[in-house]
Amino acid sequence: MNRIKIKYLKGVLIPLFFITSLSFNFLFSQEEQILTGKKLFNTHCAACHKVKKKAIGPAMRGVSEKYDREWLYSWIKNSASMIKSGDPQAVAIWEEYNRTAMNAFPQLSNVDIDNILAYADYIPPVPVVAQSLPVSSGGENTGNYNDLILIALVLVFLILTAMLILVKRTLIRIASASGVKIVSEKKPKDNIALSILSAFAKNQFLVISSVILLMLSSGYYVYAWMMQVGIDEGYMPVQPIHYSHKIHSGANKIECKYCHSSARVSKHSGIPSLNVCMNCHKNIAEYNGEEDLENGYDRDFYTNEIKKLYAAVGWDEDNQVYTGKTQPVKWVRIHNLPDHVYFNHAQHVEVANIECQKCHGPVEEMEIMYQYSPLTMGWCINCHRESNIDLKGNEYYKKIHEELSKKYGVEKLTVAQMGGLECGKCHY
Amino acid sequence: MRKEILFIVYTFLFLVVQSCFDSSAPNYQYFPDMYEPIGYTTYSESDAFNNGIEAQEPVNGTIPRGMMLYEYPNSNEGYEDAKINLLSPIDYNDEDRAIGKELYGIYCALCHGNKGDGQGILMKREKFLGVPSYADRDITLGSIYHVLIYGRNAMGSHSGQLSIKERWQVAHYAMELRKELIK
Repeated sequence: MNRIKIKYLKGVLIPLFFITSLSFNFLFSQEEQILTGKKLFNTHCAACHKVKKKAIGPAMRGVSEKYDREWLYSWIKNSASMIKSGDPQAVAIWEEYNRTAMNAFPQLSNVDIDNILAYADYIPPVPVVAQSLPVSSGGENTGNYNDLILIALVLVFLILTAMLILVKRTLIRIASASGVKIVSEKKPKDNIALSILSAFAKNQFLVISSVILLMLSSGYYVYAWMMQVGIDEGYMPVQPIHYSHKIHSGANKIECKYCHSSARVSKHSGIPSLNVCMNCHKNIAEYNGEEDLENGYDRDFYTNEIKKLYAAVGWDEDNQVYTGKTQPVKWVRIHNLPDHVYFNHAQHVEVANIECQKCHGPVEEMEIMYQYSPLTMGWCINCHRESNIDLKGNEYYKKIHEELSKKYGVEKLTVAQMGGLECGKCHY
Repeated sequence: MRKEILFIVYTFLFLVVQSCFDSSAPNYQYFPDMYEPIGYTTYSESDAFNNGIEAQEPVNGTIPRGMMLYEYPNSNEGYEDAKINLLSPIDYNDEDRAIGKELYGIYCALCHGNKGDGQGILMKREKFLGVPSYADRDITLGSIYHVLIYGRNAMGSHSGQLSIKERWQVAHYAMELRKELIK
């Protein structure tokens, strides 16, 4: 019996082994092909083509079925000459994509192109994912969830206090019914308090000193309260599109001045117009970076915010064209000086070479932008008193600078010594 | 019983006062008429125009002071034309180079990389793919200037962020990088 079994197994196993090893070999070579294809695709094609979606050019998946392989070879290697020679298919696709010229890739061999097309047609097996838990659903939901818990807690505590009061009452009732006298402890206490109070009232020194103390401390609080009127430190409004400085200038290290380009040349730092957003987001339609699930900022949340941008700027993602239907975005201005103050960004950014972070704080760590500095006059003047001026490369004013240095007896002039405290500098 | 009612009233008052400290609303001011401008300010709302915004687009055909008309059209022919015929009007010197380098670092290096090899941070983080090295493309000063104005393929227009002179300074610096790469 055993022998027969082994024989039988041998007969099946050996061919099976060959078949699996062959198919494994085949799979492996295909995998390699896809990997090299991906590399080539990312370096040569990805600037204009996406695998699944239409971009500058058509989506790459399905191209190999639509066109003849030989035609594709010659198209990718030199599309312009094919259009010139009047190939009907070539002209048709050229017209379809607004006569956008595709770069020629003579450096790609036929094998390279095969690899790229294999990568484009490769559909990765869908990973088996457990049913997504409801915990990670949406940003607003988690916020609501917290609120619900808080409300429930308050309710529970209210019920508890009500129950305690009821229990106390019934206990008193039971006690009185069974003839137990409840000794109230209030009266002697009141007497003690009264006697302390009258003793206090009789001591004139104590009364006067405590009144002074009371006035001083209340004065302190009133002063502190008055000093914060009109100061918006920590002001953190909700913006119409959730823009994360933490992602853009923190993780991706985009320079502040890329978007706030007018800070270099004008009084205002400027809220970037949406075409600046579209310089990158025409290409980046989905968020796939880090998530902050604690605050409910998951990938879907961020992707949804990009869609809001598309809606405002009128970008049709599927057809990759602007529809012309635009809508202004009502950004909420955070930093706002009173009307009677003049402040110029260009002077501080370009001439003084001050880092944006000096006044605006660690913006690259802010998920939601807020006002970091108080922006009070005292705060401005303090910096003008402490900051030295870079006098290098300023031949025109050399003599004046030397005389001023002699007058104040210092080597380095501060902004204040240059007249940076004069009223007319900022108020006119 | 009175005590309990008082307790509830006090907690309620406390909560009301507490809720006044709202970081999403601006603070109150002493004399708002000295703070709030009467004239139109940048980005303010205004009922002077139909769409309710102060910032209006200039009338069609308006030419800002100092602007030079750009004659090459936004098309493949315009690109090829600019590539050959458009010449730089500036006399590129060390000062221009310093400015060009700084501006290149702000506006271009994100994708094209500090050396122009297409390995910027957005490329390394795979936000953008396929940014070519300057060495692999047949570019001239004129074609760089043309692309800075109109954008090309995945790259958008940067004419809003850079002035005419700045665009030329950046173009010169990019060509310098290309020379280094080809070496």
